[in-house]
Amino acid sequence: MNPLMMNARQPEDPAVPRPTEPYGEGVPLAHAVGERPVVMTIRNLRAGYAGGASVLKGVALDVRERAVTAIIGPSGCGKSTLIRCLNRMHEAVPRAWCEGDIHLGGRNVLHLDPVVLRREVGMVFQRPNPFPTMSVFENVAAGLVLNGERDRAKIAETVESSLRRAALWDEVKDKLASPGVGLSGGQQQRLCIARALAVRPRVLLMDEPCSALDPLATARIEELLVQLKEELTVVIVTHNMQQAARVSEYTVFMLMGELVESGPTQRLFTQPKDKRTEDYITGRFG
Amino acid sequence: MTGGHARRRRVNALMFALTALCAAVSAGVLFAILGYIAWKGASSLSWAFLTRLPAPVGETGGGIANSIVGSAEVVGLAGLIGVPVGVLAGVYLSEFGGRGRLAFWVRYAADTLNGVPSIVVGLFAYALVVLPMRRFSALSGAVALAIIVVPIVLRNTEEFLRLVPGTIREAALALGVPRWKVTLRVVLPTARRGILTGALLALARAAGETAPLIFTAFGNSFWGRSLLQPVATLPLTLYNYAISPYDDWHRQAWAAALILMLFVLAVNAAARVWLKPVSGGAS
Amino acid sequence: MATAAAPDRIPSVARGAAAVPGPRERAGDRLFRLGVAAFALLILALTAALAVMLAVESRGTWRSFGFSFLWSTEWDPIGGKFGALPFLYGTLVSSALALLIAVPLGVGSAIFLAELAPRRVSDAVSFAIELLAAVPSVILGLMGIFLLVPWVRAAEPFLTRWLGWLPLFRGAPYGIGLLAAGLILSLMILPYIAAISREVLLTVPRPLKEGLYALGATRWEVVRGVSLPYARSGILGAIFLALGRALGETMAVTMVIGNTPQISASLFSPAYTMSAVIANELAEASSPDHLSALVAIGLTLFGLTVVVNGLARLLIRRLEARG
Repeated sequence: MNPLMMNARQPEDPAVPRPTEPYGEGVPLAHAVGERPVVMTIRNLRAGYAGGASVLKGVALDVRERAVTAIIGPSGCGKSTLIRCLNRMHEAVPRAWCEGDIHLGGRNVLHLDPVVLRREVGMVFQRPNPFPTMSVFENVAAGLVLNGERDRAKIAETVESSLRRAALWDEVKDKLASPGVGLSGGQQQRLCIARALAVRPRVLLMDEPCSALDPLATARIEELLVQLKEELTVVIVTHNMQQAARVSEYTVFMLMGELVESGPTQRLFTQPKDKRTEDYITGRFG
Repeated sequence: MTGGHARRRRVNALMFALTALCAAVSAGVLFAILGYIAWKGASSLSWAFLTRLPAPVGETGGGIANSIVGSAEVVGLAGLIGVPVGVLAGVYLSEFGGRGRLAFWVRYAADTLNGVPSIVVGLFAYALVVLPMRRFSALSGAVALAIIVVPIVLRNTEEFLRLVPGTIREAALALGVPRWKVTLRVVLPTARRGILTGALLALARAAGETAPLIFTAFGNSFWGRSLLQPVATLPLTLYNYAISPYDDWHRQAWAAALILMLFVLAVNAAARVWLKPVSGGAS
Repeated sequence: MATAAAPDRIPSVARGAAAVPGPRERAGDRLFRLGVAAFALLILALTAALAVMLAVESRGTWRSFGFSFLWSTEWDPIGGKFGALPFLYGTLVSSALALLIAVPLGVGSAIFLAELAPRRVSDAVSFAIELLAAVPSVILGLMGIFLLVPWVRAAEPFLTRWLGWLPLFRGAPYGIGLLAAGLILSLMILPYIAAISREVLLTVPRPLKEGLYALGATRWEVVRGVSLPYARSGILGAIFLALGRALGETMAVTMVIGNTPQISASLFSPAYTMSAVIANELAEASSPDHLSALVAIGLTLFGLTVVVNGLARLLIRRLEARG
């Protein structure tokens, strides 16, 4: 079922979806968004594993600043691989390869030092993964401390502000010294968000961050996303179309390693231009 | 068919009893050994025994202070040499080696080394250290024990590092931390408990080794003055006393056995208690 | 279609082949990788050096005696005659004797612990058995000298009376000798057999056993019909591993075997093992020939244990591959 109310269809645009297409005119939008500047441009991105079929077969996409871009698609479509290319975590897997162009503020990401890049492009994973030997405080401070920050006052300040931005401060301010793994699942995931925020990234990648959480914890993360996009760019992979519709300004639909369609969330869900997108969002897929 | 059924039940009960007896005998031997050593050794244990040097041959009394210190010295030095080598090589196998060819051969070598009789390891240390230096020494004994410790620590380290979930490494890498720092500051600390316990158990085993020390550390009736001098160790002294013709030395051998046994048991028990709560959060 | 698609599967990160080498690797990472690789190489080199040292230091013996070194029985360091057969014989016979005692006892214990005993009993007894493996061999030797040898000495006349028609059980009751050595060795290897066999038996998949239970089989019938056949190669591996230990064990054996280089049909007679002769004579070996002969024995022992341990690992791995 279409997660949004069906609206009167505009005549379909037969053109192949361009990555920078404007959102559909004349469509009443729940999330009315103005055109935002592009922060990341992805062109002709291919990726895969040596000796296997390629997972991404030439993806082109513009990621817009201070907005949430959701990537949806069936399991195995390459959506996780796509965002893992954006901070080059994909290459951390043995025999993985990746080629094409990913531009972030005028620099080609694939030519940057991945370590430096990852401080600008943070990531939150499917399952909460706080460092098991570290306390709540140490977890959030990890990015700073491991990168050589010594100034205790600055660390403490960053930890507090990051926890506040992750809407976790009030819940953990009295147990900063207790182990991070002692928190509930939802709290652990927000701790991981705070940990990522503490490094002050421009872009935050989230790889199905709610797939291991219950509905209540999921709702808290979704609320948090609304606040976060005020200050940074979020790219979120989700298998949940409702979630994509709720939290994102832009949605990308992927299928079998190809980007089928992208555009403003409202437009994509109400007036998909590609038959495959329509099939997927109406549940007629496969 | 009830007769057949009853027979089957009887066979079942008989085998149950038989295997239970095997287990009881096997475990019972341990308690028999512990009990006997405690009984024979306790009466000879005294403060003087722990703090004095051995008495000259023919005289009764004396202690094994030099052997205790010597054991600590040799085993400690073996740990200083062997544990870092084993841990770092284990890091290679777990974090970089994967299924590569070098990793395969290193694992093969470690397993082979682990199976080499300790007397042959002693022979190796003899050729490696004693012959070139032309003297028995604490150092050569430590080298022998280090060679025994290394493969155990190596495989143990690899095993515990593999238990660290890949998501932990990803989390650290995604924060923009270089890989070497991720390994040293995040992955190793996560596996720290298991690695240290393994190292401790390996050293406890080394502390009980006698064969590789006979022609390396050699033994000494006095304090070893330097690492380049022969040194007494607890198992070696125990051995020499046990095969001697003197009753008083036999008595002391039992007391030394009690001390050695208590040490080994304490380390093993501590290791187990310490390892029980497997590092939290690691699913 | 199912709306909630399963999360995309991503291979586990960051462990594996050469992990992104080439120019993209940071200098620090490269240094670190090469550094730990050097330690790994060191272990490889050490093992190779051990084998090479044994071969080089014993070449004099092989040159003068050839393989007849292993077949000749005379060992006379002062007369310059070196034959390793008595030691080979003592090692093999004492190890075989140890297996004869420890295998039934160990496998029996393992079956009880893995299949029949309640969980808590199993854990407690396993702990005790594993602690037995931690007892230093010199302590077992001490027990051997003062406890086991007198018992064996007392028991030998009875053995002769009932089993004396076998040459194995004839001869003067010294106490020290092959029988005592075999007994003490069996204690040393028992924990290995019991502990590893238990672990192997615990890997037998439940559904396999439940299938037979459902047919009304007794527990023993399940053990015989399913568990033992499934675990066979693993248990065999455990036995080979134990054999490897027994072949190389030094102290406990040296202290009770009598250290006499002779070959006698009787288990009562003193004998000598390869490890024991190295332990006893190396420190005093003054002539190069004597030293070389001892290293040659060491090389033989090394080769024997490498083969036996390799076989053991192969057998255990075969089980793992199936599991």
